[in-house]
Amino acid sequence: MSTQAVGVEHVLGRLSEIPPGEGRAYAVAGRQVAVFRLRDGTVRALDAVCPHRGGPLADGQTDADVVVCPLHAHVFDLSTGACRSGQDDVASYAVRVEEGLVVVVLPGTSGSADRTG
Amino acid sequence: MARRTRDDDGRRDLVVVGNGMAGARTVEEILERGGAEQFRITMFGEEPYGNYNRIMLSNVLAGLESEEAIFLNSMAWYRDNAITLHAGVRVGRIDRHARTVRATDGSRTPYDALVIATGSSAFVPDIPGMRTVGRGFHQGVFRFRTLDDTRAMIRYARTHERAVVIGGGLLGLEAARGLQTHGVDVTVVHGPAHLMNQQLDAAGGYVLRRGVETLGIAVETSARTVGVLGDTGITGVQLADGRVLPCDMVVVAAGIRANSSVAATSGFLVERGIVVDDQMHALDDQGTPDPAVFAVGECVQHRDQVYGLVAPLWEQARVLADVLTGTDPSAQYHGSRTATKLKVAGIDVASMGVTAPERPDDDHIIVSEPRRGLYKSVVVRDDRLIGATLVGDLEKVAPLIQAFDRGSPLPEDRIALLFDLGTAPAEVGVAELPDETIVCNCNGVSKGTIAACVRGGVASVAGVMDATRAGKGCGSCTTLVAQVVEWAADGDLVVDESASWYVPGVPHAKAELVALVREQDLRSVSAVFAALAPGGVEDARSKMGLTSLLRTIWGADVVDERDGRFINDRVHANIQRDGTFSVVPQMKGGVTSADQLRRIADVADKHRIPMIKLTGGQRIDLLGVRKEDLPRVWADLDMPSGYAYGKSFRTVKTCVGSDFCRFGLGDSTALGIAIETRYQGLESPAKLKLAVTGCPRNCAEAYVKDIGVVAVDGGRWEIYVGGAAGAHIRKGDLLTTVDTPEEVTTLTGRFIQYYRETANWLERTYAWVPRLGIEHIRAVVVEDAEGMAATLDAAVQASVDAYRDPWKERDDPAEPGQFRTALPLTVLPQVPVR
Ligand code: SRM
Ligand SMILES: Cc1cc2nc3c(=O)[nH]c(=O)nc-3n(C[C@H](O)[C@H](O)[C@H](O)COP(=O)(O)OP(=O)(O)OC[C@H]3O[C@@H](n4cnc5c(N)ncnc54)[C@H](O)[C@@H]3O)c2cc1C
Ligand code: SF4
Ligand code: FES
Repeated sequence: MSTQAVGVEHVLGRLSEIPPGEGRAYAVAGRQVAVFRLRDGTVRALDAVCPHRGGPLADGQTDADVVVCPLHAHVFDLSTGACRSGQDDVASYAVRVEEGLVVVVLPGTSGSADRTG
Repeated sequence: MARRTRDDDGRRDLVVVGNGMAGARTVEEILERGGAEQFRITMFGEEPYGNYNRIMLSNVLAGLESEEAIFLNSMAWYRDNAITLHAGVRVGRIDRHARTVRATDGSRTPYDALVIATGSSAFVPDIPGMRTVGRGFHQGVFRFRTLDDTRAMIRYARTHERAVVIGGGLLGLEAARGLQTHGVDVTVVHGPAHLMNQQLDAAGGYVLRRGVETLGIAVETSARTVGVLGDTGITGVQLADGRVLPCDMVVVAAGIRANSSVAATSGFLVERGIVVDDQMHALDDQGTPDPAVFAVGECVQHRDQVYGLVAPLWEQARVLADVLTGTDPSAQYHGSRTATKLKVAGIDVASMGVTAPERPDDDHIIVSEPRRGLYKSVVVRDDRLIGATLVGDLEKVAPLIQAFDRGSPLPEDRIALLFDLGTAPAEVGVAELPDETIVCNCNGVSKGTIAACVRGGVASVAGVMDATRAGKGCGSCTTLVAQVVEWAADGDLVVDESASWYVPGVPHAKAELVALVREQDLRSVSAVFAALAPGGVEDARSKMGLTSLLRTIWGADVVDERDGRFINDRVHANIQRDGTFSVVPQMKGGVTSADQLRRIADVADKHRIPMIKLTGGQRIDLLGVRKEDLPRVWADLDMPSGYAYGKSFRTVKTCVGSDFCRFGLGDSTALGIAIETRYQGLESPAKLKLAVTGCPRNCAEAYVKDIGVVAVDGGRWEIYVGGAAGAHIRKGDLLTTVDTPEEVTTLTGRFIQYYRETANWLERTYAWVPRLGIEHIRAVVVEDAEGMAATLDAAVQASVDAYRDPWKERDDPAEPGQFRTALPLTVLPQVPVR
């Protein structure tokens, strides 16, 4: 699973808006992206919508590895978006923290970079 | 799809038509034999899904199993095994000479080897009215074969009231039982003189019929349907004797027919199914085996037999995989002796061989107890078991199957075949079973496979069930699976440790965990992981249970980590299917006032609440509230939370009691309110739902509550515990009878605290009370036999004192963005507006 090499960077907000271990959803460039702040301080970003029945992944419970959808408990790998319980995968995005801000890289508008998964 | 050349990696192209239980199992068997190195595998399945356990459709229909839970091979499985799956694509033709299959999407796929596993379809007799001219089946007519059929039936059943099921075999009875759970009145119409006539004799069929009728399903036997009545909607079915059974839906379960048309039009020999030889090669219409084409499953006719149950298909799949991969080029299938164990509409049924004696010298032993729902019959010829039928009790099924399969010697005293007379412990039976005996029919797992799994190092029942899938079908064999595992482990059985852990990520049972948490002064979920989880690794699925436990142990002194909470407990509302929430204000004892109702009405108007509903817990639910609106909704309501979202003390239902009711023996309303006021919101291992009712007429349903209080003659109160009327139904056990409402309140608190301290995570009282035993609980809670009463009372008092209405967080959010939207993921609201 490769993450997008090319893309457009978007600043989503302050890291302090996301409590440790939780996720928050952002609407950005026509997408809905869930950003998770893990307890080790790093961040991950996935599509916000669970492919199973549209559950809000940002409201799920996490550990260092996965997020569990709050609706029917399907499990997604936070790094790759791969589903560990047999549903379709979700897209994962490169994301980092810069000076307290959450910066996500979304696939460029050229159309060459496709969603993963 | 790009056409691959055959020699690009030296592997051959294997194409499988039909992605059902036999097709997918065959591919699994091939992969197990290293087939991935020999074949590039492509599968076609007409159904737009991965492979699911068709047997479990009965459970899906009955609401006992979710759709997700029945998948055997998910989409990810195909990906992980590099199998190209064309789901939702039907193959229309096989070109034997060009060795390609043509699908109805226009694609052509070359094969070096082809497996046809197209299964069968429901057979629908040509009864007038069943089909509408030019438009296929009448919209109220259903078959029961696929997931889509099942969904359609569920959808229709919700808005319809009376169903006629045509056919009283396995499928018909399962359909009837399933429909009934949707509140539909069901009549089964069966042509032959008794139910399940393929498997049972008349007396066995009668016992089954009584069982089915006890469930409230009407049965008509020797009844032929000659017409389906009604134009747009169905109004009834017409029987040959002239009677009309009124109904608004019809389910046809009158047998199955092999899906063999593709094979037939492609030049293969088809009779009742696709004719195969002992190596599963399909024969062409000259009767010559096609070296490259195989068939397997229900679509197959082998030695004149067509099978309609899964066990034979597993044997076929193994032979086919042996032949195809060359693991055993001389493997042969010789047919299956079908000994079946089934759960039919919840009733255990087993049958093998003949159902009745055929010669004057055949011994026939019958035990028939229709009133107890028991029927057992065996037929013995020349000291060999040639047939057996059991209804209602399968205890002796394993030795019977063994005797039937193997011809092992029978006891002199034939009745011992049906009952354990005196000694004969069950393990003896298990030990003597031959290795190839199929223990789990649904998933085709033999005794040998289970034993090998145990010898391979898996030494727990749950572990073996996971690894082999034994017992994961209809569940009728779980006891036997456990027995085989115990026998194979020969005393080395590891009790499945993780099964006893409080949460999956921390390897300790509850009592141990509580002691460690206290000893090491662990006050947060992350502290528990760091100190007690292997490698200090956190586990998302364990967080909610740990959060609850820490609250119980430390009360207000817990270090609250919000990510330890499930979303409901972060925002104090229940998440719904579209990500909105429901708001249920407290309404103690179900009593409200004009002022409360006015306020609720105003809030509903102001916030445009899509639905206002009276709940089964005697309060009012405001559904479809957006997360970001929750604080304002609470502020405008200005009522405390009803805790309808938590694993916690929920409600106390009451009836009007002695103040108003002419039968009332006690003031149930006041007592209910007092109990709710005292114990509101207490977190507990699972939900606690209570009721207080004013007399044994039980209008508040107290007999089926976690704690139910019933006023009885003489101003006394009975306390019942461990009752349930949800997914499980259980009448509570009488804990004790006391003289005053105060005693009720005290004992309720003590009971709750003992439950909080000892029950497993998510273990409702209906499981916990029977696990510990009512006598033990009575000894602790009522008689104080262990001297714990004062400690329990003090602990529950501390929790009561720590109570704070969580909806007050509206003014002072506990964390940043607590009520920030996780939406809009979809156009809202999806919760319908009424
Ligand atoms: C609102 C209500 C239905 C209604 O419209 O009446 C309801 C709604 C839900 N029930 Fe219930 N139950 C409601 C009364 C009941 C009752 C009746 C009662 O409380 O007297 C029962 C049977 C009693 C019992 O609990 O045993 C009941 C047995 C269940 C169960 C089965 C529990 C079991 O172990 O048997 C579940 C599933 C679970 O807990 O895992 C459940 C789960 C649910 C959930 C929370 C499903 C979920 O996890 O999202 C539903 C939330 C719907 C929503 O979106 O808000 N609900 N549920 C009722 C709220 C009562 C209240 O005022 O608090
Ligand atoms: C409700 C129900 C309950 C049952 N209960 C039991 C039970 O308790 N015990 C038991 O032993 N058995 C039970 N059975 C029977 C069991 O499910 C079948 O024996 C088994 O599913 C047969 O497997 P199969 O692969 O041969 O056929 P199927 O599972 O039907 O699979 C065939 C697949 O091939 C697809 N297909 C057909 N034609 C084409 C084509 N031309 N192109 C592409 N795809 C095609 C079909 O869509 C289907 O998905 C039950 C069946 C039902 C419906
Ligand atoms: S409210 Fe209860 S019974 Fe109704 S659908 Fe939800 S969980 Fe099932
Ligand atoms: S919507 Fe996510 S698990 Fe069902």
